[in-house]
Amino acid sequence: MSTDESRKNLAMAADPLSEIMELQMGPSHPACHGTVKFDLRLDGENIISMDTTLGYLHRGFEKMCEQGTWTQVIPYTDRLNYASPQINNFIFCEAVERLCGIEAPERASYIRVILSECSRLADHLTCLGMSVTELGAISAGFYMNEARELFYNLNAHVTGARVTVSYGRVGGLARDVPDDFDQVVRAAIKRTEEVLRDCEKLLERNRIFADRMAGIGILTKEEALGFGLTGPLLRATGVSYDVRKAAPYMVYDRFDFEVPVGTKGDNFDRFAVRFEEMKQSIRIIDQALKQMPRGRITVDDPRFVLPDKKDVYSNIEGLMNHFKIIIEGVRVPAGEIYFSGEGANGELGFYVVSDGSGRPYRIRVRPPCWYGMAALEDMVRGHMVSDLTAIFGLVNMIGGECDR
Amino acid sequence: MALGGREHDAGLDAADLAARVLAAVPASDARAVAGALMPTIEVGSTEMPDVLAFLRDAPGLEFKLFVDATAIDREAAQGLLEVVYVLRSIVNFGWRIVVKTAVDAAEPSMPTSAAVHAGANWAEREIYDMFGVTFDGHPDLRRILMYPEFVGHPLRKTYPYQKRQPLTPERDPLSNPWPKRN
Repeated sequence: MSTDESRKNLAMAADPLSEIMELQMGPSHPACHGTVKFDLRLDGENIISMDTTLGYLHRGFEKMCEQGTWTQVIPYTDRLNYASPQINNFIFCEAVERLCGIEAPERASYIRVILSECSRLADHLTCLGMSVTELGAISAGFYMNEARELFYNLNAHVTGARVTVSYGRVGGLARDVPDDFDQVVRAAIKRTEEVLRDCEKLLERNRIFADRMAGIGILTKEEALGFGLTGPLLRATGVSYDVRKAAPYMVYDRFDFEVPVGTKGDNFDRFAVRFEEMKQSIRIIDQALKQMPRGRITVDDPRFVLPDKKDVYSNIEGLMNHFKIIIEGVRVPAGEIYFSGEGANGELGFYVVSDGSGRPYRIRVRPPCWYGMAALEDMVRGHMVSDLTAIFGLVNMIGGECDR
Repeated sequence: MALGGREHDAGLDAADLAARVLAAVPASDARAVAGALMPTIEVGSTEMPDVLAFLRDAPGLEFKLFVDATAIDREAAQGLLEVVYVLRSIVNFGWRIVVKTAVDAAEPSMPTSAAVHAGANWAEREIYDMFGVTFDGHPDLRRILMYPEFVGHPLRKTYPYQKRQPLTPERDPLSNPWPKRN
């Protein structure tokens, strides 16, 4: 072999474009929020295939739920999705209420709706804020963070905790909202509307942003349905499915709102659907605040709800009921049900099984982003590594919810 | 009073569905579960993929949205594991149906439905990981939430919740790589 030839061979071998490169991205990667590992096979910068490894945040949620009483599950559900803990709380409580055959009073349902929609706003602001930041639109990201902060402050004002709220209870709520609830919520949504207008100006007609989003990560309707995608990911493909409309729970059937859908199923549609949903959430909050009645916030049934403290200390029935619920737990009739509501990322479902004792027999969470992650490989195939960041951002994988 | 079934499932009758499934897949032995809080049918484990495919394609039903799959450990009472698939119809998204089957708890195995619904791929991996059900013909049956060295299936009732497993040494990617997809 001549020197020239061997030099040529060397150059060929060193050319990174001539071979498939395997790249491990994660489990802790600055461009990917959430602990997840991608094993990429790359042809140049294009992704040929991807293998996702999950489980870095697995805490044994479902196993731990079986160890305590039904009420003790509620704090665990806070920790599923840090961006929208209220939604997890309330949907779990609704699921258990279906098994018990009870229904939360009207006022509680209205408060649940308002706080759920506030959580949805916070969740979408988190998701979009992070995604646009990763694409370099840092100003818009900071604006959205500012608005999200309003809703965390609202959580703190109403429940005493910013994230780990534990505000739902089987049969109602932990306590009533403060007197200035209406003003605080209205102030938060007013500021959020201004922020959304600013962000719209920054992003919607921004050429760089549009080029990074449009036509990226396309999924068809059929693929999305088969993968079990729900929420903004499914609606971006043009399927108008929203649990709040298809199977209304709480009091969602009393509000006038629309379900935004996309046409192409690409990143831009996902972005636009989430953005529009925030405006719809504000509409719902506005109507709910106007309609919210006065009254009880828990069902009037000592089998499910803790008695007032003054009854516990002054009469034997109150003391007995208190002990029964704290020590034995709420007695949920034997049975099983799959109940789901519209979480911020899609259909959040609980498959709850009771054997009639005070402890859950089995609780299964259907995490919406789990199925988004399953479909991620199909979305990124053929795109560049930099697009993975954008697509992954809009799937909005929440580690606590996905890995449980 | 709103009970489990709720009015959204109106127009969906489990007995009627079970009869249609039985006519299309006679070996499935499909029957409606009496007293369930939502439309639930029970089928034989080996016919599960056929049943899901029928429900997906049957005109007027079109249960195309794969919602979830999970398992329930009934080993202590019946020596069984129940495997549960939840689907929604695109005719009316309010229609949800639960398709149930039971497998032997000692050696749980059944055919995979990953070819029917792409979402079943990961859901079945999780059932395998957590309950030890082997899905025959599954394209990629690896653990998904637990790590490869983990011994046992944590959501089985026989697995003690306080049990600890030895820490695994740091993984050397060359001599001891993560199990790859086949």
